[in-house]
Amino acid sequence: MAGKRVVVVGGGLAGLAASMKLAELGVAVDMISLTPVKRSHSVCAQGGINSVSDLTRQEGDNEWKHFDDTIYGGDFLQHQPPVKEMSYWAPKVIDLMDRLGVTFNRTPEGFIDRRRFGGTLYRRTAFAGATTGQQLLYALDEQVRRRESEGMIKKFEFWDFLGPVLDENGQCVGAVAQDMVSMEIRSFPAEAVIVATGGNGLIYGRSTMSVFCNGSAASRCFQVGGRFGNAEFIQVHPTAIPGADKLRLMSESARGEGGRVWVPRRPNDTRYPKEIPESERYYFLEERFPKYGNLVPRDIATREIFNICVSEGLSVDPSRMCVYLDLTHIPRAELDRKLSGILEIYEKFQGVDPREEPMKIFPAVHYSMGGLWVDYEKSADGGLLIGSPKNQMTNISGLYAIGECDYQYHGANRLGANSLLSCIFSGLITAPGIVSGMQSKKSTDATSSSVFESAVARHQARHKALLANQSGNENPYLLHQELGDVMTRAATVVRENRQLQEAYDRALLIQERSKRCTLTDTGNWSNQNVIFTKAFQDMLPVALCILKGALMRDECRGAHFKPAFAPKSLSSQDPTERRKEAEVWCDRFEENNSRFLKSSIATWKAPEPEIQYEAVDTSLIPPRPRLYGLVGAEAIEQVWNERTKNKNQHQEVASERRNPSPVG
Amino acid sequence: MIASTPEATKHRRRPEKINVHILRQDGPGLPSYWERHQVGYEPDMNVISILQKVAAQSNTSEGRAVAPVSWDCGCLEEVCGSCTMVINGRVRQSCSALVDRLLEANPIEIELRPMTKFPVIRDLMVDRNRLFHSLERVKAWVPVDGYYDMGAGPRISREDQERDYPLSQCMSCGCCLDACPQFNKIELQLQPGESEEELQTRKNTAFDQAFVGAHAISQAMLFNSHPVGKNMANERLEALKQPGGIQACGNAQNCVAVCPKQIPLTTSIARAGRAVTVYAIKKFFDR
Repeated sequence: MAGKRVVVVGGGLAGLAASMKLAELGVAVDMISLTPVKRSHSVCAQGGINSVSDLTRQEGDNEWKHFDDTIYGGDFLQHQPPVKEMSYWAPKVIDLMDRLGVTFNRTPEGFIDRRRFGGTLYRRTAFAGATTGQQLLYALDEQVRRRESEGMIKKFEFWDFLGPVLDENGQCVGAVAQDMVSMEIRSFPAEAVIVATGGNGLIYGRSTMSVFCNGSAASRCFQVGGRFGNAEFIQVHPTAIPGADKLRLMSESARGEGGRVWVPRRPNDTRYPKEIPESERYYFLEERFPKYGNLVPRDIATREIFNICVSEGLSVDPSRMCVYLDLTHIPRAELDRKLSGILEIYEKFQGVDPREEPMKIFPAVHYSMGGLWVDYEKSADGGLLIGSPKNQMTNISGLYAIGECDYQYHGANRLGANSLLSCIFSGLITAPGIVSGMQSKKSTDATSSSVFESAVARHQARHKALLANQSGNENPYLLHQELGDVMTRAATVVRENRQLQEAYDRALLIQERSKRCTLTDTGNWSNQNVIFTKAFQDMLPVALCILKGALMRDECRGAHFKPAFAPKSLSSQDPTERRKEAEVWCDRFEENNSRFLKSSIATWKAPEPEIQYEAVDTSLIPPRPRLYGLVGAEAIEQVWNERTKNKNQHQEVASERRNPSPVG
Repeated sequence: MIASTPEATKHRRRPEKINVHILRQDGPGLPSYWERHQVGYEPDMNVISILQKVAAQSNTSEGRAVAPVSWDCGCLEEVCGSCTMVINGRVRQSCSALVDRLLEANPIEIELRPMTKFPVIRDLMVDRNRLFHSLERVKAWVPVDGYYDMGAGPRISREDQERDYPLSQCMSCGCCLDACPQFNKIELQLQPGESEEELQTRKNTAFDQAFVGAHAISQAMLFNSHPVGKNMANERLEALKQPGGIQACGNAQNCVAVCPKQIPLTTSIARAGRAVTVYAIKKFFDR
C-alpha cells in the first residue's frame, strides 16, 4: 500500500474507526475535520452502545433478536443485510472498545454492566456513566494519535471539506478542502474518500446537535451527483432541555435507569411537583404502553409527550411546553454512579438539582436517519460480504459514506444506543473494502493534475464571489434562523401536507435569497463568516430533500407522522365486527406497504431535488405491523399471524412444486 | 451608569440590553484592542448566545460596522472542550457561563478575553495544538496489538473503574493550563523561507522542552493504571522525568480549582510524582 492515501472527512466515531483500521491495514490517511477530532459531536452521545451479552443470551436474547428489534423499531425501512451484519458484530465491537480502555461501568464482579434502552426488553446497553459517546470517541482518538505518531495518519483540523474531486469518468479521485485559518484552498488526491460527517440538525436552527452538524459535507457530495436517501426521517428525541442557543439532550438512559415521565392529571396544577400525590400524577407512557412503559421507541415517546402538551393541555409549565422526567425516587449514590454526566448538565444549565426535583423536558430534533445513499454486497448467509469494495460506497465510485451521514442502518426510526454501534461498525468494515478495491482498480496517481487544478479553481471562484458580493442584502445568520423556524414548524413531530408545501416553497425562496448573502467580514484570515455562509447555502438542498420527501410520503412510518394518513385504531367491541375491522386494517397495511415500504432516493437537479423510490431488501424478516399501544392490537396481530402462516404454507407448497424432491 | 437609579435596580436582573466588552485581535502578532457590543437580553442566555447575536449584528455599541467576532464552540453542553475563554477574569467554558449568573456578579458588563497561554489566531480563537501534542508526549493510549476481534478486554473492578472514569472525562479544554503559573505561552511565527512543516517541527521541539501540563500528567496516570496500558508505564514515566515533566509543576493547585469537570488533577500529579521517583530510583540501581 506504499504511497497510497485515503481521505477521511470527519473525525467522530465513524471517521476515527475507519482511519485507525486503514492505518492498521497499511494505508496512509489524511483526516479532514472542521474541529480537532477529539471535539467531534460523538462526544455528546450519552446513554450507551447496544449488543447482545453473555448475560442477555441466557435470558433468551441473541443477535437475531437485536437485529429484529432494530428492524421493527425502524419500521422495516432499512435493507436488512447490513443491519443483520451489524447486530452480529455488536458484541465484537464492544469487546474491541473494552480492550482500547473505555471506562465502561462495571458489575461488582468486574464485568461490563448493562442497562435497558428503548425498543427492547433486554438489558443490552453497555455504558460509561452518562458520557458513553465521549468515552468511546476518546478511545478511538487515542489510537488515531498513536498512528499519527507513527506517521500513518495526518490530521487537517480546522479544515472545511468543500467537495469530492471527480475525474472525467465520474470516479472520485480526491477531495478539495479549505484551511479555516489561512483560508487556503487545496486538493487532496486519494484512492478513496470517506465522508463521515454526521447529521444535519443545524438545518432546524436549534437541535441537540453540535454546531458542526450542518450537513454541508453530505450536501456537497449530493450536489455533484451523490444520491441522498430517506432525508425525511429525522429523529426527534423525546427528552431534551430547551435552551436559547441549543436544545440539550437528556439521555434515554435516564429512563433506562428507572426515570418516569409524568404530568399532573389536572391541567395548570401549580403545586410543587413533589407535593402532588401519586394518585394525581399521570404516568402516561406507563399507562398507555404497559409492556415497554417509559422505554417505548423514541418516535412514539416523542409523539406522546408532544400530544400531552399540545392537544391535551397538560404541560407542567404555563409559559412553555414541557413534562416531568422524574428520577427523585432513585437513590442519590446510584444516580451519581450511572448518570452523573447528564445530571450535571441539567444542574449547570437549569440551576436545579434533578436528584431532588423532577426535570422539565420536551422533544428536540436529534438524529438524521437518512443520509447519503450507500451500497453493500450481500453474503450467502444474508449478511454482508466483508472486504467488498461496494460496502458503504455511494453511487459515486470511490466515494464512501459512513456513520450518521449514511442512510443505511436505522430506517424510519433509530433505537437508542444503536447509533454508536452503527458508527463504529460502518467505520471498521469500510477499511478492508477500500483496501481490496485499491488492489483491483487503477491508481489515482494516473489522474491528470488538471482535474485537481480545475476543482480547486471552481471552489476558489465560489469563495471569491461571496467575498466580493457587496450588493446583496441578506444576513446569513438571520436567514439561517428563518430556515430553522420553517423546518421546525413543518417537518418535525406532526406533519401536514399543506404546511409542508408552504415550507417547501419558502425554502426555495430562502435558497434564492441565500445567493444574495452579504458578508460583514471580507478578509482572508480565519473568516468564520464566509465558512458559515457556504455551509448555510449548502443546507438548502438537504432541507428541500427533507421537505419534499415528507410531502410525497402520504403515510405514517417511524419518525414520519402524518395524522391524515394514520391507521385507525379498532373501535368495535363486538368480536365479529372487531375481527372484520382487523381484516380491513391488515388489508390497508399491506396496500400501504406496497406503495411506501420504499426508501426515498433524491438526486439533485438544481434548484430542486428529484425523488424516486427504492425497494427495501426485507428478505430476512418479513414486514409486520408496528402496534405499540394501538387499540385493538391483539385482534390485528391475530389476523396478521394467520395471514403470515397461510402465506408461508402457500410458499412451501409452491416451492415444493418448483423443486420436486428426488424420488428415493 | 445604569445601576444607580431605583428603576434600574428593579430591572437589574432582567436588563433590556447586555453590555459586552471583548478583547479582539485581528491575527497572530497583531495588537489587541477592546471593543464594546450591546445585545438584547433574553431569558436563559449563555455567553455563546451573546456571541451568536454579536456575529449576526456585527455592529459595536457605537453603531460602527465591524467584522463578526471569531470564537470557537462545538457541543454547547460542556463536553467537547471547544469554547474555553476568559470570562470576567476567569478561564472557563463559555457555553456553561450563564448570563443571569454573570450579571448577578457584575450587572454592568460581561468581559470576554481569549485564553492567555495559547497564541491567538483571531479574537477569542486560540491555537491549542500544544495541548494535544502533550498527549502524544505521554503516549496516552492503550498499546493494543490491533483492531481485530480478540475477545473481551481484561476484567476491571468497580473500584478501579470509579477511580479511572473521572480522569477519562478530561475534554482537553485547556483551563488547567491557562491557570497554571508554570505553563507559559509559546508563540512561534513562520520565518522567511520556512515551510509549514518546518515550523511545526520547530514548535514541537519547543513544546517538548516546556511544561507538559496537568491534563497530560493525569492522562499518563490513567493509562498507567490500565491493565494493558501499563505495559508502557515506564515510557510514560520516562517522559514525565524529562525537563518539562513532573518536576516543572510548582504545586500552585490552580489546575484543580478551574477544571470544569472537577477532575482530581492534583491527586494525579501526586501519584505521578511518587511513580516517577520510584521509577528513577529503580532505574538508577538497574544500571
